[in-house]
Amino acid sequence: MANDLARWQFATTTIYHFFFVPVTIGLAFLVAVLQTVWYRTDNPDYKRMTRFFGTLLLINVAIGVVTGLVQEFQFGMNWSTYSRFVGGVFGAPLAMEGILAFFLESTFLGLWVFGWERLPKRVHLACIWAVAAGTMLSAMFILIANSWMQHPVGYKLNSQGQAVLTNIWALIVNPTFVWGYAHVILASLVTGCLVMLAVSAWYLRKGQHVESFHSTAKVALIVLIPTIIIQLSVGNQLGVIETRYQPAKIAAAEALWNSCKPCSFSAAQIGGYSSSDETATKIILIPHLLSVLATGTWSGPVTGLNQLQAQDQKKYGPGNYIPNVAIQYWSMRTMAGLGALVLLFALWGGWLLQRGRLRSSRLFLWLSVWVVVTPFLMNTAGWLLTESGRQPWIVQGLQKTVNANSPSVSATEIWISLIVFVLSYIVLGAADLVLMLRYSRHGLAHADAEARQGSDSAGTPAPALTY
Amino acid sequence: MQIHTIWFVIIAVLWVGFFVLEGFDFGVGALHRFIGKTEIERRVCINTIGPWWDGNEVWLIVAGASMFAAFPAWYATMFSALYLAIVLLLVALFARGVSFEYRGKRDSHRWQTGWSWALTIGSIVIPLIIGVALGDLLHGLPIDSGHEFTGNFFSLLTGYGLMTGVTLLVLSLLHGATFLALRTTGEIRHRAHAAARSIGIVAILVNLAWVVWTLVVIGGGTVPEPTQIFGVLAVIIAQRLASAENDGWAFVASGFGIAALVGQIFIALYPNVMVSSTNHAYNLTVSNAAAGHYGLVVMTVVAVLFFPIVLLYQGWSFHVFRRRVSTPPTPSG
Repeated sequence: MANDLARWQFATTTIYHFFFVPVTIGLAFLVAVLQTVWYRTDNPDYKRMTRFFGTLLLINVAIGVVTGLVQEFQFGMNWSTYSRFVGGVFGAPLAMEGILAFFLESTFLGLWVFGWERLPKRVHLACIWAVAAGTMLSAMFILIANSWMQHPVGYKLNSQGQAVLTNIWALIVNPTFVWGYAHVILASLVTGCLVMLAVSAWYLRKGQHVESFHSTAKVALIVLIPTIIIQLSVGNQLGVIETRYQPAKIAAAEALWNSCKPCSFSAAQIGGYSSSDETATKIILIPHLLSVLATGTWSGPVTGLNQLQAQDQKKYGPGNYIPNVAIQYWSMRTMAGLGALVLLFALWGGWLLQRGRLRSSRLFLWLSVWVVVTPFLMNTAGWLLTESGRQPWIVQGLQKTVNANSPSVSATEIWISLIVFVLSYIVLGAADLVLMLRYSRHGLAHADAEARQGSDSAGTPAPALTY
Repeated sequence: MQIHTIWFVIIAVLWVGFFVLEGFDFGVGALHRFIGKTEIERRVCINTIGPWWDGNEVWLIVAGASMFAAFPAWYATMFSALYLAIVLLLVALFARGVSFEYRGKRDSHRWQTGWSWALTIGSIVIPLIIGVALGDLLHGLPIDSGHEFTGNFFSLLTGYGLMTGVTLLVLSLLHGATFLALRTTGEIRHRAHAAARSIGIVAILVNLAWVVWTLVVIGGGTVPEPTQIFGVLAVIIAQRLASAENDGWAFVASGFGIAALVGQIFIALYPNVMVSSTNHAYNLTVSNAAAGHYGLVVMTVVAVLFFPIVLLYQGWSFHVFRRRVSTPPTPSG
């Protein structure tokens, strides 16, 4: 019971945290791009857009930071057996994240927010790039740590049975990390672009501040198109890597009970999600696609769940080694299906931009506002696929999730914390949403006023009150 | 010196650094409603720490992550033992963390007052809970031979732990008051002086009582350590200098006072990292809680290479915004 509750809490808090992380990473990069364009061209549209999207970034960062604290603490709080076992390996990238990324991000964000009139233009621009770099470095260390759970490398077990680090380089060149990190960064950029595009499209539809928001819609689309194209192939390569190291994850994502060669991919299926109900009604079968996704070859063989289960029982003893098939199957389809739609949508936007019809296509602008939901669905589905697909392991092949929680923390205590976190997150989320929407709608006046206030007080000893 | 001792020192320095820096942020957060009487004055108070509080809070995150990496057993036992206390701590960190950013973003009196209180209460609760936690490390908690905590939430509320929490809170308030005096002008600065004077007297007494209690807890006889004498003197000097309106040195002295408080806990703790009140044989120590040697070497290299750079740019950020913050002139017409 306590173990299940601890899992629910981890899943809830992590999914919630990752609503905000990709927006931060993506928007920090895009705001830095906008400010760079302003610095280069001196076009005032880009300055007001830098300020405007900068404030949306700040609202979002605040909640990302505080929800990140829970992530940092709950390994020890809820997963003390895990922490004792892996701290010597898993803890190192977290400590490095603090020293190399968090200090960079937070210090330079402070300098950027308060430094508009205080710092030389070039230095101020460098600050936002330092923030963008900090967010990406932070993701790097988290992915190093997470990839070690998916595919542990560079360690040995000591005499007390704890994992100790033996080769830090192995963690950095871990293929699961290399491809997983690229996948997360590209997903964050896609998220940032779609958020920026949605806000811009909303203004373009209303016909307000058209010049300013046309430039941000343009920047968003120009970054989005290559990003989403690269993302689809990086995601494909990550699938191949995962099939190699965590075959059950991918077999479950296709609900593949028995080995096949060549293997087809179904667009949807009814039934077939448990070992007592293996035959499914498949809807739209695409031949060879699973072979391509899982092995990178046209007709590569893919091992089925029954065969993998038999192998694992021989290797690790009796037990169930099959992840939740329904979660795997549908999170895969949510992620990949929406990814393909976003690609088509982005190409359409690019075509409109090319023809100079972006600001007049009512349908595209209307859709843009709603498409902003898709990256959040894709990001969540992607993490479900990754994390649920690792089960029953917390560290693949080394420790099972069921043995990893804190023995001293009772189910009652986790109920209390789970309820407290959920309530807090509802309040934080509501406040965030209110501010984001209000600011998106009325914020430009604010941004302009702030800019004026800043330049008015530049010569006086009273600095602008930013907070 | 063995490498796990080096990491014990690094972690102690991170906690000390956290309270020297974030200590005044807590103080300012807790006092801003009382030292700032109007909305604009409250904003001035908050803006004195505006550019820095987030960077200062990172010291806490790095301290926690370093415990995880260098002493996995310490991190595992401490964070699971303090479970509900940390839940409360996190809620306070949520409330305070977003209040800075959210408070001024809507022109609604209720909205601003609400977040203002979130900032105030959060800034009081956080040093209090962390103080209880640090005090408990030294006082001891029920921990069995497998390093598992065997008590419940009420076992955390030791007298000494609570006293440590109150002391840390009061010194944070003093540190915040001296900081506000240093960073503001006019009426706000006067009120900050007055606050520092009276809080200073409470701080002198509480701090002295805490030092005596610490001597009793560690059972080290009646002779105080140099750090303890230094800590007591620093707080007295901070109060005197604040009364004399010597802002810069008063702030330095209150910083030393809070550094000495946190430092003493770690000095008294070594070579333990967490004392077991069940049986001292079950204590977690720097050697039995430490990670592997190679991992510690790698992290030492990273810390030695990059920490000085962090100190440089954090220092630069303090330099950039060194001017006092004052209420903006009322726009004419």
